Amino acid sequence: MPTLNITLAVNGQVQSHEVEARTLLVHYLRDHCGLTGSHVGCDTTQCGCCTVHLDGRAIKSCTVLAAQAQGAEITTIEGIGSVERLHPLQDAFRRHHALQCGFCTPGMVMQGIDIVRRGRGGDEAAVRHDLEGNLCRCTGYQNIVDAIMDYAGGAAGDAAVAVEGRR
Amino acid sequence: MSNAMIDFGYVRPRSVAEAAKLLADEPEAKVLAGGQSLIPILKQRLARPSLLVDVQALDAMRGIEIDDSHVRLGAFTRHAEVAANARIAEALPALAHMARGIAHPQVRHMGTIGGSLAHNDPGADYPAAVLGLGATIVTDRRRIAADEFFTGLFDTALAAGELLLQIEFPRHRRSGYCKIPHPASGLVNTGVWITRLGDGVRVAVNGASPCVFRHGELEQRLAAHFDPASLDDFQQPAQGLNADMHTSAEYRAQLVAVAARRALSMALSH
Repeated sequence: MPTLNITLAVNGQVQSHEVEARTLLVHYLRDHCGLTGSHVGCDTTQCGCCTVHLDGRAIKSCTVLAAQAQGAEITTIEGIGSVERLHPLQDAFRRHHALQCGFCTPGMVMQGIDIVRRGRGGDEAAVRHDLEGNLCRCTGYQNIVDAIMDYAGGAAGDAAVAVEGRR
Repeated sequence: MSNAMIDFGYVRPRSVAEAAKLLADEPEAKVLAGGQSLIPILKQRLARPSLLVDVQALDAMRGIEIDDSHVRLGAFTRHAEVAANARIAEALPALAHMARGIAHPQVRHMGTIGGSLAHNDPGADYPAAVLGLGATIVTDRRRIAADEFFTGLFDTALAAGELLLQIEFPRHRRSGYCKIPHPASGLVNTGVWITRLGDGVRVAVNGASPCVFRHGELEQRLAAHFDPASLDDFQQPAQGLNADMHTSAEYRAQLVAVAARRALSMALSH
């Protein structure tokens, strides 16, 4: 069983673990880094619950090998805010009641930040289009769209860049 | 840890020569580009490679070059790069439009044009652009015309261990593409690409059959008159089209006609 030493930066901290070559990034994050905020919902590139940022871009960590991310910078839901100090988009999710069970929320938030980073957060149709790869089975999406657009409206572009570069 | 994939090794070569040697030495090795088709296939154990050769570090597969006559894309160009590139949008607007609609944003951030073409999934978008524009596939061994490249379901003219380096698109701005995607998977159910050339028309149909194909009748009709009226009495036979739990062959035949009209409308707008 071939193993590799995979070294990458997760939320600004260097992580280095010996893993099987076939290890998916989401399992590297959950099982080896202990960061269980990225969820495995479908394991088939559909639900988006495992969405994290790889070098600043949203990707599905169930469909990327940890080895592909060797040397990259990863940001997970744990890296953007805390219970004491929510990321502005997390705060918008709370205010808009954009979550119910919460399982999809880490992926929705990471995708929402990416949508706003790409300058598409001000257009409802664009937000809905860009949430195509994220499934929520509780809320019906309306409040998620509202939260992302609210965040986009509040100088969020600058905030997102600042938060991504933090730590 | 749950993992349905079989064991394999992983290497990230630094040069085309190194990658080619790895592939030559290991007959069960497979090229890994963005992985957005390959990794799902590995999970389903439809592929069982001994070694994945990750080509992300190969400079020869990178870069977007645009001159007066061609748009050249490195094979590792990701869908999101094509979608966001203003110069591609100017030179080949239908190609930029296509890239913006592939799967969803997270997949577009990883998936590459070379990976899509080498995989040749009937539900993929890019094969229609390559065939419809009459692009040229450049490998580490030769140049392959689009008409020779797509050989069948999940099959191409690429030989074992041959590396797809670049795609060379002629700049035919008057092109249009329309796909009807599967609403859940986003894969192409039925799509049509139409390009007006100086001396004729090329029409490529994807999704509807096991492999992307050129549509002779539509090409003839549109070469006579590049006008929606040329399609008024067009009827696509259902014979030979895909039929599955989502869509019958008869319905796909209807969609070919619908997508052709919409693709023509886009081509006429450019």
